[in-house]
Amino acid sequence: MYVIKTDKLTKRFGSLVAVDHVSFTVEEGEIFGFLGPNGAGKTTTINMLTTLLNPTEGSATVGGLDVEKQDGKVRKIVGLVPQDITVDDDLTGMENMMLQSRLYHVPKDVARERIKEAMSLVGLTDAANRRVETYSGGMRKRLELAEGLIHYPKVLFLDEPTLGLDVQTRVVMWDYIKRLRDEHKITIFLTTHYMEEADVLCDRIAIIDHGKIVALDTPQNLKDSLGGDVIELEFDEATDSQIETLKTMPMVKDVKKIGEAYMIKVSKGEKALPEIMENLLKMKLRIGKVSLVKPSLDQVYLEYTGRSLRETRGETGEIWRRMRHMRRVRG
Amino acid sequence: MIGETIALTRREIKKWLKNPFLLFMMLVQPVIWMGLFGKALNLSSFVSVPPEFLSQLPSELQAQVPDLLDQMLRETFGGTTDYFTFMAAGMLSVVVLFTAMFSGMSVVWDRRFGFLNKLLVAPIARGSIVLAKVLSSVIRSMIQVLLIFGLAFAFGLQVGNAFGVLDFLGVLVAVFLLSLGLTSLFLAVTMRIKSHETVIAVANLLNLPLTFASNALFPVGQMPPWLQTVASLNPISYAADAVRSFILHSNAGLDMAKIAVDFQFLIGFALIFSLIGILVARTGLRKG
Repeated sequence: MYVIKTDKLTKRFGSLVAVDHVSFTVEEGEIFGFLGPNGAGKTTTINMLTTLLNPTEGSATVGGLDVEKQDGKVRKIVGLVPQDITVDDDLTGMENMMLQSRLYHVPKDVARERIKEAMSLVGLTDAANRRVETYSGGMRKRLELAEGLIHYPKVLFLDEPTLGLDVQTRVVMWDYIKRLRDEHKITIFLTTHYMEEADVLCDRIAIIDHGKIVALDTPQNLKDSLGGDVIELEFDEATDSQIETLKTMPMVKDVKKIGEAYMIKVSKGEKALPEIMENLLKMKLRIGKVSLVKPSLDQVYLEYTGRSLRETRGETGEIWRRMRHMRRVRG
Repeated sequence: MIGETIALTRREIKKWLKNPFLLFMMLVQPVIWMGLFGKALNLSSFVSVPPEFLSQLPSELQAQVPDLLDQMLRETFGGTTDYFTFMAAGMLSVVVLFTAMFSGMSVVWDRRFGFLNKLLVAPIARGSIVLAKVLSSVIRSMIQVLLIFGLAFAFGLQVGNAFGVLDFLGVLVAVFLLSLGLTSLFLAVTMRIKSHETVIAVANLLNLPLTFASNALFPVGQMPPWLQTVASLNPISYAADAVRSFILHSNAGLDMAKIAVDFQFLIGFALIFSLIGILVARTGLRKG
């Protein structure tokens, strides 16, 4: 049973196509990740699915409800933990939660129970009556997460849930997110530009670039689709025939030159590496650097978008916005 | 809708109360105005004849001149000879303007910090978001007006000798109507604006003419005709006039005809602009 289904979902802002004919489904109880650089269209997609924006073209349903025509009903079953920190600094954690429960029409006595439950889930019970002003960035994010849970949403949207958090806090957040799915059976749709986050958390990942989904599968399948390991080798300029010889070796699948290095795709890296080096020495080619790269989502990303995530970070002129966000996260 | 509006209004008021410095600043500003305009630039003092000149006049004039001046001042200041009383009464309306401007700005803050999106994702009526802004601003205005009124009284505001509870209520109603209209006006203007700079520019642009092209601080009678026309369209003039009439309520009685005109204008202003405000705000909150 799918909970989210999009059909050629598209959003244009003027001449910019932020989301370009995106179609996918998310299964019930799944943690589904949108992985891509800033400006790839992740937040725009979330905004359409949570009824903040209307699609320019195409359609989407959440819980079987059309996000455009039945937006009021969609709002009742979705929760959004936005990228920006929106909890109110001037109020206490408790007051923030109470306000949220009012906005979702949770009766007061029920709200009290649920707040207690949500606050303990995110580990904020002790800080509940302190002003949010005194919270650390991680605590704010966790409060934001707790707010998203107050009405027991069917689908929880997490927009960059760990952006700006330090490594330890990030791991703690992952744990909370997993527990939400495991213990409360909430379907989770998250966006991230952290590879390891997508890898650790998500059941399935869609890699999105320039508004288009370029790959969609489980992290493992995506990694397998690379077809094995990559040996990165720097050696003297080789002639074409020498490269051809390399390519004919049994375990070698492909040889590409990227920059100074040769990228040799092989099925079993550990075994292939000594043989390749032996061969190169026979051809009297001096070897500079050697490294063996096991398949990772980074690799997958490179394969599908032709760029590494590191290169694309911040290229969309969002740096200022991001810095402002960081300042706010860190308080 | 009602529950949500109350919850959101409470948030705004709570935020306001938890920020005593802001509250303090919002009071200091009118106090400075009252000090500078009301006391330092005391217009009444320019219209007095020093005793050494008075003593040189023929004795029959010595008695008449102060009377004449007194009459002139009463005429100019609508029933009081004390400029401070005149402007302090007007100040109550200016305070409302300041508060309304702030509420316009808070929409932009909410938008910038993503709080607005959080409200838009929630299953609440769009109208309640606007209504809460208006309500909280009106409540803030009323509280501030009460505090400023008390302070002005301490600084020497002279109420008329027949001033009573009904007059006090009249003041509150006039201020309420002005606040409703002005807040809606500012919300309508700022609803689609995304940057603080623009809002501050717009607020400043409206602030000065609204404050000074009115009878709040200076008597309209002394203004050039074109400015009088502007003042006669300015809701602050009508609120200030009504407030002043009530505060100066003397044994001579109230000029009910004039007060009726004031209230007609204020009610019209409040109704039209709260409707416009709500309509514009709803379009402003519509999805892109």
